[in-house]
Amino acid sequence: MIAALAFYVFAAILLASAAMVVSARNPVHSVLFLILAFFNAAALFLLAGAEFLAMILVIVYVGAVAVLFLFVVMMLDVDFAALRGGFQRYVPVGITIGVVLLIELGLVLTGWKFLPEASTIRFAPVAAGVNNTAQLGRLIYTDYVFLFQAAGLVLLVAMIGAIVLTLRDKGQSRRQVIARQIARDPAETMVMMNVASRVGMRDIPFLRPTETEPVEAGDLSNQDHHEPAHGGHG
Amino acid sequence: MTAFFQTSFGILTLTVLQALGIIVPVLLGMAYLTFAERKVLAAMQLRRGPNMVGPFGLFQPFADAIKMLMKETVIPSGANRVLFLLAPVLTFGLAVIAWAVIPVNDGWGIANINVGILYLFAISSLGVYGIIIAGWASNSKYAFFGALRAAAQMVSYEVSIGFVLVTVLVCVGSLNLNDVVLAQRHIWFFIPLFPMFIIFFISALAECNRSPFDIAEGESEIVAGFMVEYSAMTFALFFLGEYTNMILMSAMTSILFLGGWLPPFDVVPFTWIPGPIWFIAKIMFCLFVFIWVRGTFPRFRYDQLMRLGWKVFLPFSLIWLVLTAGVLVFMGWLPHVA
Repeated sequence: MIAALAFYVFAAILLASAAMVVSARNPVHSVLFLILAFFNAAALFLLAGAEFLAMILVIVYVGAVAVLFLFVVMMLDVDFAALRGGFQRYVPVGITIGVVLLIELGLVLTGWKFLPEASTIRFAPVAAGVNNTAQLGRLIYTDYVFLFQAAGLVLLVAMIGAIVLTLRDKGQSRRQVIARQIARDPAETMVMMNVASRVGMRDIPFLRPTETEPVEAGDLSNQDHHEPAHGGHG
Repeated sequence: MTAFFQTSFGILTLTVLQALGIIVPVLLGMAYLTFAERKVLAAMQLRRGPNMVGPFGLFQPFADAIKMLMKETVIPSGANRVLFLLAPVLTFGLAVIAWAVIPVNDGWGIANINVGILYLFAISSLGVYGIIIAGWASNSKYAFFGALRAAAQMVSYEVSIGFVLVTVLVCVGSLNLNDVVLAQRHIWFFIPLFPMFIIFFISALAECNRSPFDIAEGESEIVAGFMVEYSAMTFALFFLGEYTNMILMSAMTSILFLGGWLPPFDVVPFTWIPGPIWFIAKIMFCLFVFIWVRGTFPRFRYDQLMRLGWKVFLPFSLIWLVLTAGVLVFMGWLPHVA
């Protein structure tokens, strides 16, 4: 009873916030509604008894992916009025595509049938007394480890590709090389000089405006033609 | 009486009482943590610290709280009102709900759930939202800088925290926090996993935005970062959240590495002291180190912080994870999985 009530509450909030993601005016609000939707999906996982998936959903999507979304969206200055400008023009195309997708979906759903022996030929029968975290681990890391590794490899390639495409060091950024900084030795970088007292020095008289000739603002531009306005000659 | 606790209303009452039983001590501890921080920093700098309000200044936290409550909450005219007020509530709320799974003694958690560690990790990774939302909703340049810095920083340090957690879990064989502590009956994990203990503690400093990683606040660079526009109670909620998070991270450190409620040696004078006392003592030790670090180190520069997270901690914790798993498999020490 309470579980069913909780399911409907979470599902309703999930759908409402998903609708708000696409309809909110402010892109930051959209991302925040997306986060709310993630949370409710996690709650639905919890209700279904998949606590590991629920936590991973929160950690990965809310804790990392959505943070980066929010990070980017906050910095973009999206002008949504301009984006909505062409709304009228694209409505017929959009509606056509939507209708075609709906018809296809209907065709698929009406023709969908389960084999009568489907439940018996499942790949991973549920073992009794094993919690779902351990079961997931057994499936992913024992039974399907090569597929898992292949997926990881694909992601690695994608990551390296993204870095190669976007990282352009023009050689202008000044980087701190900590190893070099620590390896610096006073004996090599500093020269200790023993300079004799008052050798190589010249007396510069004290600079102060003369009282007889007050400096005027206009005079500063063509000061070269005048006697220097500052300083007395020692 | 026991029959009453079997009814659904009784269960609800019991849960509320349990929640109060952990939240009230945590909040009281947080209040005195601010006092302890000021006293310890003062001692390190040869000052006396707060000493006027009450004996030894012991009522200082309450005086501060009353001052915060009495002040006016200023909302900037360009701010997004709802999000501006939501951010501090979120920060504080997240810091408190994480305590639901912390076991204070054997089985003494409000919720002894199977994925306790993941729950803690999830909650602590959400803490960044309070800061980001505060920075954006304030509609102020400095606040926004603070938000951006916090986002980048917390995402970077979560990765290494994740690997440290996985290393501990490989040694435990369970995601349950109770099992994590019980697995340390023979040896506390900070001895075999010492480098991971150090990485976890430094990452915890970064995760709490504590000095020397407090670049999100950085009062000498970006005034107070994300909370520059906050005043009175909203500011106090950020403050409460930060200190509660510190206590939480200390509790996590002691559960994961310092044996939770377990005494250091399982012999008579140590076993006389009850488990919760040991647990609190370990938390207080970690908190002292937090304050000690603050009194000792200057703030990291932003690029140095990123370098430490991605180029030092991440590869090192990854290698140490593989090493730990390899040793466990090779020696046949892998914990038996249920």
